[in-house]
Amino acid sequence: MTGVISLLPEGWPGLLTPPPGTHRDPSTRTSYEPGGSCGCRDQGGRADGSYDSYNSYDPYNSYGSYGSYGSYGSYEHVSRYTAVGGYAPVAAPDALLDRIAAAGLRGRGGAGFPAAVKLRAVRDAPGVPVVVANGEEGEPGSVKDRWLLRHRPHLVLDGLRLAAAMTGAGRACVYLSDASAERAVRHALAEWPHDDGPRVDVVRTAPSYVAGEESAVVRRIDGGPALPTAKPPRPFERGVGGAPTLVANVETLARVALLHAWPDAATQVTGAHLVTLSGSHGRPALVEVAAGTRLGALAAACGHGEAAAVLLGGLFGGLHGAGWTGLPLDHEGLRAAGGALGCGALHFLRPEDCPVGVAAEATAYLAAQSARQCGVCVSGTGALSGALSAVTRGTADPDTPQKLLRWARQLPGRGACGLLDAAARITASLLDHFPGRLDEHGSRGCPRCAGPAAADGLRFSVTVP
Amino acid sequence: MKLLLDSTRCQGYGLCHEPAPELIDLDDFGYARILAASVPPGGEDAAAAAVAACPNSALKLVK
Repeated sequence: MTGVISLLPEGWPGLLTPPPGTHRDPSTRTSYEPGGSCGCRDQGGRADGSYDSYNSYDPYNSYGSYGSYGSYGSYEHVSRYTAVGGYAPVAAPDALLDRIAAAGLRGRGGAGFPAAVKLRAVRDAPGVPVVVANGEEGEPGSVKDRWLLRHRPHLVLDGLRLAAAMTGAGRACVYLSDASAERAVRHALAEWPHDDGPRVDVVRTAPSYVAGEESAVVRRIDGGPALPTAKPPRPFERGVGGAPTLVANVETLARVALLHAWPDAATQVTGAHLVTLSGSHGRPALVEVAAGTRLGALAAACGHGEAAAVLLGGLFGGLHGAGWTGLPLDHEGLRAAGGALGCGALHFLRPEDCPVGVAAEATAYLAAQSARQCGVCVSGTGALSGALSAVTRGTADPDTPQKLLRWARQLPGRGACGLLDAAARITASLLDHFPGRLDEHGSRGCPRCAGPAAADGLRFSVTVP
Repeated sequence: MKLLLDSTRCQGYGLCHEPAPELIDLDDFGYARILAASVPPGGEDAAAAAVAACPNSALKLVK
């Protein structure tokens, strides 16, 4: 079972914990679900589709399997959310946008683009904008977005409402694939008396690695397949129905809502990250942590202290070996190290894991997840995955390392989305950070990565807590 | 002038390379790789010829 852990300093308003000063006395907890449901949202909906059982859920229920910090083990009611300042009227949308800019909030979907720049571009483009809460997290190793939608949908809807106010949007959408998240969002929409702001539609898609890419989001909402398109135009120029469109990650929107409710804590709100930890011998965990925390300290604090290496950014930030424990958890620091924070998913390798085998599995998964629209992606991911698999089996040609190096340099930036870049970066980082590991496999292969590389991504998958 | 490639349209015909070898290379798999997205002065004719050579209209030249 995936843990939920807040490592934020005392007093920081976070996404996993109740706001400061709102802890309830345990003796007043009278509304627990009888029978110890442990807050499992999948058990919340009834077969007839009604949601009355939510009303007996206690959002501050921390018993069960969520660890001592899992304060939103179940569902946060609208009453609880408004009691701590949620859905407060937007007095000055421009001032809020200025606050977001001053605080330096970056998008949490993966690219880390400044949120205020995107909001202003959408606001200033000709036409009536559309705002989209993007909850389709395609990275198998990330759970944060689905967790937020399942447990704190009002926080996301509030952020979406604020984004609509800041951009002057006439339409809003929540885009997702997770069935439990959809139930929670629809329930929240029914609870929320949204008398200001535009109508909110829920658009469901089939889950895939690329379905959450922003141009795929636009295409799906417009009734097409959830597949990326070539840029330009980007959605802020021409998105849903041709209108300028803000496609914002749900964690980004949740932080916008926190910034609105906690103006004095802007530095803390933007200086925290939701991350998902997996791999090694430790338990997988959804963690909220201050930016700049060293990855080694983060791993040790969450039971992954014996990890020998890490795959960063979901599958987007490459493999990192010696020295990885000293890397800081922020966009700039990881970029400087040739990595990427991406959506904040960190997959740890055990000392006995072979990085070549992990790279072979990751690229095999990416090759299988290719939308098969770009010839260069089909050929490129296929070649990288095939060559790495051949190395693990001991059947690679002698010039394979040279070929891998050439492809890792030739392929980035060439597909319509980032999938090919992810495969290229995993390969480049393997060659860069694990020199000699390919040669070690020689003609005998590697007993630690025996068998064909799995293309199902299961190694990297984490269950939503 | 910018030379843009729609990678969803590039089928690896390779006909764009010959008229504009300074601007476009072909990778190991035969797909076009833009070497210079900003067309340098004097390269406009070569870029236009490459755009015209693509049977699948994968290239375009924008101001």
